[in-house]
Amino acid sequence: MTVGGADNRTKANTRLPHLLMGVGILYFLVPLLWVVIAATKSQPDLLDSPALWFAEFNLFENIRQLFREDDGVYGQWLLNTALYSGLSALGATALAAGAGYGLARFSFPGKRLFETGLLGMIMVPATALVLPTYLILSELEIVDTMWAVILPSLLSPFGAYLVRVYVAESVPVELIDAARIDRAGELRIFWQIAVPMMRPAIVTVFLFTLVATWNNYFLPLVMLSDSDLYPLTVGLTTWFNTAQQEAGTRMLFNLVVTGSLLAIVPLVVAFVLLQRFWRSGAAAGALK
Amino acid sequence: MTRSMPITAPEAATDPPTPRVPDESRSRRRSRRVTAHPVAGALFVLPFFLVVVAFLIVPLGYAFWLSLSSKSLALGTRFSGVDNYVRAFTDPVLLDGLLRVVLFGLVQIPIMLGIALAGALTLDAVTTKFALAFRLIAFMPYAVPAVVGALMWGFLYSRTFGPFADLPTLVGGDPIDFFSSSLLLLSLGNIVTWAWTGYNMIILYSALQGVPREMYEAAVIDGATPVQIALRVKVPAIKQAISLAAIFTVIGTMQFFTEPAIMARFAPQISAGYTPNLYAYNQAFAYSDFHYSAALSFALGFLVFVVAYAFVFVNRRRGARS
Repeated sequence: MTVGGADNRTKANTRLPHLLMGVGILYFLVPLLWVVIAATKSQPDLLDSPALWFAEFNLFENIRQLFREDDGVYGQWLLNTALYSGLSALGATALAAGAGYGLARFSFPGKRLFETGLLGMIMVPATALVLPTYLILSELEIVDTMWAVILPSLLSPFGAYLVRVYVAESVPVELIDAARIDRAGELRIFWQIAVPMMRPAIVTVFLFTLVATWNNYFLPLVMLSDSDLYPLTVGLTTWFNTAQQEAGTRMLFNLVVTGSLLAIVPLVVAFVLLQRFWRSGAAAGALK
Repeated sequence: MTRSMPITAPEAATDPPTPRVPDESRSRRRSRRVTAHPVAGALFVLPFFLVVVAFLIVPLGYAFWLSLSSKSLALGTRFSGVDNYVRAFTDPVLLDGLLRVVLFGLVQIPIMLGIALAGALTLDAVTTKFALAFRLIAFMPYAVPAVVGALMWGFLYSRTFGPFADLPTLVGGDPIDFFSSSLLLLSLGNIVTWAWTGYNMIILYSALQGVPREMYEAAVIDGATPVQIALRVKVPAIKQAISLAAIFTVIGTMQFFTEPAIMARFAPQISAGYTPNLYAYNQAFAYSDFHYSAALSFALGFLVFVVAYAFVFVNRRRGARS
């Protein structure tokens, strides 16, 4: 990484930026630290002990209770979330990769119109589509199934746009032409030449659609009513509602907190570990 | 990005690619005839296009069609023209919600993007391990579901669970009620800022990394300070990325739903029409008025679309002129 500027600067100059970054680290980290700490507490300690310090270590008991509550429905929610977001991200990425490549490296009637339309599609707010889609899918009687969450999540105009920009810059026309002269089929050119070169864009689109579906609340909230089909986001809020309403009889706050912690760990880890891959893809989208 | 690509295929569909003779391909001449079949390109785009039709065009069309009729007990379902839209734009609840979201955005978006830009410029200039840690940690909230983020902050704001509400009592003051009407929007703004600043910072930082060093080498030699370079060279160089981040933030803000929906458990004054999106949802699921809800969804989507598109358009015009 050749970042200019830092070479001939004295340490003193960076004292203020470091101080500000320190404040930033505290701000972004404190809520996460709170979840980690709170997840180790029993229900009574959660209410009584100092918020940002440990009490008696109860994490494993919380986790055991978490997976036992309501006949183990949390495990089901976790599985649902992984399934919905995994399938949605795979599908959306495949569609975006094909479309982006097709738009960047081919010419066909109606292409210009579609590209202009693509820019417009990016501007359509996703949640404005949720209720209309619900109305259609309920006519077709596929609401309250996993497909009601997965199929609408396949739509990623920004993904297609990002791949298109990336291909235009990173997959040379000459290379594709050379392969064509060697009589390689279009699908084979795509798969063996273009896709490897598009990898940063593909990883980026995959991760970002994965997060979008993993974290989605509005769509599953509207589409699903069977609690066995809920993803984590909807499931946790129903538990939280119960905890609020039946504060005296059934206390679930420690489970909501522990469940929240387990819901965020996979994605945070994935993003931190894979950041080398998605950053260059994100740059392509940002530059245009 | 709609500039034409150096694509070799002719636009005319009347020109089917002729099969090439082998020795011509061996010679590897840059023949303009070495072209892709137009159908192949369309086939790459087709699956995506089908999803667009099924989950964007058809739902919007259906919602629009639904919004043009109304249902009542006395008359059943009947065509009502633009009545639902007239009702929407004279509905004080919707207008209140719209105004609230716009005010929220006017304050929160500049603050968030300002911090994100400052952070990105800092990361671009300072490359210590500490800066790396800052970059990673600032981005983490992006991977946290909005539901969980709102729950966490709800707990942190609350007097029973959180450390902050009772802080003033240490010096003899009154506890802070983060859910009171006067602080509620700020409390919500903080949740959104926490969640999205790091994401925007990374986008802007990535854009800064693409700025060629030659652009400010002369300024460095002339003795310009890092702050001067940041403001006069780097910020103008990533203007496009900044406005893109701004557009997406505006689009996101107009759809404000999850955080207020969760916070309503802590703050009962968050009503069914607190934001337009919450209102559309409640019209459908609390009042079963799908026709009006369709009109609200369609109107909101259209409004956001127009604002965003106008923003892009003006921005491109300005970018092209300078």
